[in-house]
Amino acid sequence: MLEIENLQLNSQGKLRHFLSIEGLNKDLLTEILDTAESFAGASEQSIKKFPLLRGKTIVNLFFENSTRTRATFELAATRLSADILSMNIATSATSKGESLLDTIRNMEAMQVDMFVVRHSLSGAAHFIAQHTAPHINVINAGDGQHEHPTQAMLDMFTIRRVKKQFTGLRVAIIGDILHSRVARSQILALNMLGVEEVRVIAPKSLLPVQVEALGVSVYYDMQAGLKNVDVIIMLRLQKERMNSAFLPSENEYFKCFGLSDEKLKIANKDAVVMHPGPINRGVEISSSVADGAQSVILQQVSNGIAVRMAILSMTMNGNRGAE
Amino acid sequence: MHIEIVNGHVIDPQNGLDQQGSLYIAEGKIIGMMQAPDGFTADTSINAQGRIVCPGFVDLSARLREPGQSHKATMKSETKAAASAGFTSLCIPPDTSPVIDSPAIVELIEDKAEKCGYPHIYPIAALTQKLAGTELSSMHALKKAGCIAVSHGYHALQDLLVLRRAMEYAASYDLLLIYCPQEAALSNKGCAHEGAMASRYGLPGIPAAAETIALVQCMELIEQTGCRVHFQGLSCARSVDLIAKAKIAGLPVSAGVAMHQLHLTDQDMRPYDSHYHVIPPLRSQQDKDALLVGIQNNTIDSICSDHQPHDVDAKLGAFPETEPGISALETVLPLMLRLVEQKNLSLTQGIEKLSTEPARILGLNAGGLAVNNVADVCIFNTRESWEINAKTWQSRGLNTPFWQDTMQGKVTHTLQGGKIIYLAER
Repeated sequence: MLEIENLQLNSQGKLRHFLSIEGLNKDLLTEILDTAESFAGASEQSIKKFPLLRGKTIVNLFFENSTRTRATFELAATRLSADILSMNIATSATSKGESLLDTIRNMEAMQVDMFVVRHSLSGAAHFIAQHTAPHINVINAGDGQHEHPTQAMLDMFTIRRVKKQFTGLRVAIIGDILHSRVARSQILALNMLGVEEVRVIAPKSLLPVQVEALGVSVYYDMQAGLKNVDVIIMLRLQKERMNSAFLPSENEYFKCFGLSDEKLKIANKDAVVMHPGPINRGVEISSSVADGAQSVILQQVSNGIAVRMAILSMTMNGNRGAE
Repeated sequence: MHIEIVNGHVIDPQNGLDQQGSLYIAEGKIIGMMQAPDGFTADTSINAQGRIVCPGFVDLSARLREPGQSHKATMKSETKAAASAGFTSLCIPPDTSPVIDSPAIVELIEDKAEKCGYPHIYPIAALTQKLAGTELSSMHALKKAGCIAVSHGYHALQDLLVLRRAMEYAASYDLLLIYCPQEAALSNKGCAHEGAMASRYGLPGIPAAAETIALVQCMELIEQTGCRVHFQGLSCARSVDLIAKAKIAGLPVSAGVAMHQLHLTDQDMRPYDSHYHVIPPLRSQQDKDALLVGIQNNTIDSICSDHQPHDVDAKLGAFPETEPGISALETVLPLMLRLVEQKNLSLTQGIEKLSTEPARILGLNAGGLAVNNVADVCIFNTRESWEINAKTWQSRGLNTPFWQDTMQGKVTHTLQGGKIIYLAER
C-alpha cells in the first residue's frame, strides 16, 4: 500500500496522480469535495470558465470506449482553460500492435502535461504513472475491474449535497460488484468518509470472493438489504453477463435485484437513488424509479464536471508543489 | 582429472551422511569417501573447511528458453546461472518453440547443452503433438532419444479421453508423467489467487479449485491406468491433503512445489508489481503453511526452481497482460537456507528436497555421494551473504521479486561429472 500512497502523493502529501481511492485519506477526499463545491457554486452563477490551467495540455487516453466520462473530462478541462486532446486508442494505435508503453512515450513526446487514462486492464493507470515522465500527472478514469475514483468522488459529492454529511448513513450498492470498478472506489471512499454502513446486494455469482474484506456487509436479497438504507446505488448490468453464465436472464435479474417502486419503498423514505450510467431501463432499474422524485442520476452527471475540475486542478498543483 | 574435496561438512541424505570428511574424485566418479584410495594423488585439491559438501541439485523444472526464445535467455546464460547456484541436473519442460515433440528437437537441445559445457540436461517430452492436446506424441521414440519424462507444460490436458490414452501409452513404456494440474475453464485467464487481494485490486482470480479439480481427475486416471505421475507446482492446502490420501492409497504419485511458493503469499505482492505474477499464483498464508507442513512430513517430495527467465518487455505492462514466471535458479539455495533458519526444515531435509528426492523421482544416478556415483557435487557456504543485483546475478532474466534483497548462502564450487563447472570468484 505504501507504493500506491507514494505514487499518488508528493512529498507534501498533496495529490500528484489520482489513481485510486486506496492510499488517500479523509482530509484529501474532503478537500476534493470542497474544491468541487466552489467550482459548482461558481458554475451555477454562470461563471463557467477559470484560467487555472491555461497553457496546459491534457490528453484523454481512452483505451476503452466511453461517452460520458470522456465528455465530462473534456468539459472540465475546457472550463479550466486547458487544451484537451481526446484519443480513442481502442480503435487506433494498440490495435496496430503498439505496446502501452510506446503509446505513452509517443504522447509524452508531444509535450503534454497530463494523461486521463481509461483501460480495460486493472493496474494500467498505475503502470503508466510509474513509467511516465515525472512532470506528467496521471488520472485514472477507470482501470479494468479495479477502481474508477473520479466517478466515486462525484458520487460522494452528490451524496454530500443531498444528505449534508456522511455520518450515520447506510448505503447499499446493488448489482454486478464483481466486475465493477465503480463499486470498489465507492466502497473505499464511503468508508473513508465515515458512513455508518456500506452494504452490497447481489447474487453470489456477481460478488468478488471475500468481499467483506473490502469493508461491506453482504446481502443476497433486496428485502433485507434495503431496510433502513439512506442511499441506493444501482450498478449497470452488462448484457454479456447472461451469455457467460453469471445470470440466467434479464427478467429474473430484474425480479430479484432490479429497483422497482415497490422495492424502493423498503428503504428509508428520504432515500436517494443513484446510478453511474448508462442505465438499462427494465433490467436493473425501472423507468419510474430512474425518472422519479428520489432519483439524483442526472445530478450525478452535472456534478461530474465540477468534481473532475477539482481533481484536474489539484493534481496539476500537486506537481508544481513537488518541483 | 583427480580432485579431492577435503575438510568439508559432508551431507548426503541418500546415504545418511552428516559428518566432517573428504571426497575423492577420478574419471568423473566418486572413487573414495572420507579416506583417500590407495595411490590417489589429486591434481586439484579443494579445501572445503567451514562449508557444506552435498550432492548437486536436481531441478525438475527449469526453462532455459532455447530453442525459440533466445531473446529471453539462452542455454549458455542459464546453464551458467544454474552452475553458479549448485545445480548439476536440469529438466526442461516441453513448451519450447518448437515444442519438444520430436527426437530432432531433443538432439538439438542435447547438442547445445554439450557445447555449453553442461551435459546433464534432461528434456521432458510433450505428451501430445505440439502440446495441442489432441494427438499423442511419439513417446517411445522421444524416450529413446533421451527424454526423461513426459509433460503437458503449464496446463492440464483438457480432453480427458486424450489424457487417459496418453497415460495408458506412457505407462506402457514406464514413462513418468510430470503434470501441472490447472483446469483452464476455472482459471479463466486469471492472474492472481482468488482471494481478498485479487478482489481488492480487481485482478481476475484463479480459484484453488482450478488446481484441485485437475488433480482429482488425474488421480482417478492414475487409478485406471497405473501411470506414474509427479504433480508439479502445487500451490493449495487442499492439494496437499489430496496427495497425502493418494499416497496412503498406494497410488504411484509424487509431488513437488516451486521454492517461491514456500516463501511468498498474495499478501506479499506489491500492488501491480509484475514480478509477483506467477502461475500457479501466490496463494494465501494458509496455503503456504500447508505446503510447508507437506514438505516437512514428506507428502511433498521435492522442491524445484520453476525457473522462467523473461526479457524486460515481458514484464512491462498492466499486471494481467504481463507474462507469468520468476527467474529463480539463483535464489533456490538461499531460500532453502531461509527455511532452515526459520526451523521449517533441517539442512539435510533441504538438500534431500533439492537433490536426492528429485533424482529418485526421475530415476537418475544422482542425488547422493556414494562411491561409484557420478561426481555431481555442490559446495556452499551457509553464512556468506550477498545482494541480488546486476553484478551478482547470472541469469539473463532479471525478473525476481527478490531483486536487491540480501541473501544468505552462496555456492563456492559446482562439480558436474567430476568437472568443476563453477568456481566462485574470490
